[in-house]
Amino acid sequence: MDQSHYIAKHVAGLPKSGIRDFFDIVARMKDAISLGVGEPDFDTPWHIREAGIYALEKGKTHYTSNLGLIELRRAISKYVEKHFQVAYAPENEVLITVGVSEALDLACRALINPGDKVMYHQPCYVSYHPGVALAHGVAVPVPTFARDNFALTVDALRTAWQPGCKMLMLNLPCNPTGGTCDRAQVEAIARFAVEKDLIVLSDEIYSELTFEGEHTSIASLPSMKERAIFLHGFSKAFAMTGWRIGYACGPAPLIEAMMKVHQYSMLCASIISQEAAIEALLRGEEAMKKMREQYHRRRDFIVRRFNEIGLKCHLPRGSFYAFPDVSSTGLGERDFAIGLLEAEKVAIVPGSAFGENGKGFCRACFATSYEQLIEAAKRMERHVQNLAAKK
Amino acid sequence: MNPVLKLLLEGSRLDTAQMAQVLNLSEAEINGQLAALKHQGILLGWSPILNLPDEEAGLVCAVIEVRITPERGGGFNRLAERISRFDEVESCYLMSGGYDLLVFVNGKSLQRVAAFVSEKLSTIEGVLSTATHFMLRSYKEQGFLIEGKKEENERLKVAP
Repeated sequence: MDQSHYIAKHVAGLPKSGIRDFFDIVARMKDAISLGVGEPDFDTPWHIREAGIYALEKGKTHYTSNLGLIELRRAISKYVEKHFQVAYAPENEVLITVGVSEALDLACRALINPGDKVMYHQPCYVSYHPGVALAHGVAVPVPTFARDNFALTVDALRTAWQPGCKMLMLNLPCNPTGGTCDRAQVEAIARFAVEKDLIVLSDEIYSELTFEGEHTSIASLPSMKERAIFLHGFSKAFAMTGWRIGYACGPAPLIEAMMKVHQYSMLCASIISQEAAIEALLRGEEAMKKMREQYHRRRDFIVRRFNEIGLKCHLPRGSFYAFPDVSSTGLGERDFAIGLLEAEKVAIVPGSAFGENGKGFCRACFATSYEQLIEAAKRMERHVQNLAAKK
Repeated sequence: MNPVLKLLLEGSRLDTAQMAQVLNLSEAEINGQLAALKHQGILLGWSPILNLPDEEAGLVCAVIEVRITPERGGGFNRLAERISRFDEVESCYLMSGGYDLLVFVNGKSLQRVAAFVSEKLSTIEGVLSTATHFMLRSYKEQGFLIEGKKEENERLKVAP
């Protein structure tokens, strides 16, 4: 029996994730050095894990409010005001979600009418385009370029804009490019959003991992709080990917709309994870800063090595990803990545997994030990030399 | 802060060639910086942190609380330094509270440690009393957990 006709058209029409595809290939390879992950190599700091254990011991095994624990929302409100200079009321402007991914999905489902157009910069995290499509919206990609260090420019926004655009999704610093925007660039994007009456969905999950200059949240700019939804979470900065805790902050009516979808689909995020997240905010900053320092040094090392090898690589200003241009090898990004895996057992992700504009690039995550990075760079150098010799 | 020192503080145990790669310096420069750290008395030395099997370890470890008489002009320093010089003494700290020095001692056997305390330590002029506690088991050694069996924590090889 062929069940495929039961599958909803907008789901059947979604492309298979390029990452998933590549994962299947890597999974077959034993002992590969992987620069393919999108998460910290550090385990969650012990005091945060211990808070989760303590929560279990104290019988915290029940539902929470749909919005999430008020103590956590209060802690988030304080944290966001201190670090992002924008104040949200914990009572009705903060929603705890199952990772930022859920927050993103909620915002799409709560705000997009069928046919609404949503601008997003690309290359980008794999969920943006499908998230829009699942909400029956139309995703409008805006390219970012290596020549701009993959910052999003207003020129590109203007070129891509078309009538019917309602929302702009931002991810600064960006997975997979590490590109971000300085304050002047964010201000220019904000002016564009006001001019075109766009609601801005700003996924700032990598903001703590900004190495050059200060991170500027678009929500903190004058007259932007009313048209921005600020998305953030604990996965990257606090090394808590498996806990699945994210949050959305925004104007009360929008948070209320997102909460409706959340309430009927997810009900609430895990109470154990929420308790651990409170501990992360109250006492986790020191450990987070230490991790950031290490990422910073690893970034400087791997980017320098890529350039030495002949894989031109801009300096990612944020995140834990380097995004080298592999076109000098004469191979496409996918062939290069597969060849590297087969010949040298190093896994990196072809840039095209992150959209058309990632063609010619590969994503290498430097959230791994120095020893692994040194060895991976050595093997990549050998591989690139072998490719050149064959030319 | 000295970049080599920063790297050491991270706890990563890289050799000088690896440090040179990470910091984009030559090996000679790394060795120079390590020598400078030694000269400044910041880097005292290298010592492996071991968790030897019992039959090979053969060591008895004791923690000794020592009360001493402070002296004019030097306080506790002269006696503390004198005690620290014994090979048996692994570490020695001046403490606040009910005693003055906390001394960590290693010996081949219980008898040897006991002999060190009764013949060497407590006979020093100025040592008022000692209280010796033998260590039974170690759970964490200088930042390293001593686990029966390390859990393999397998990360996904590729993730978005």
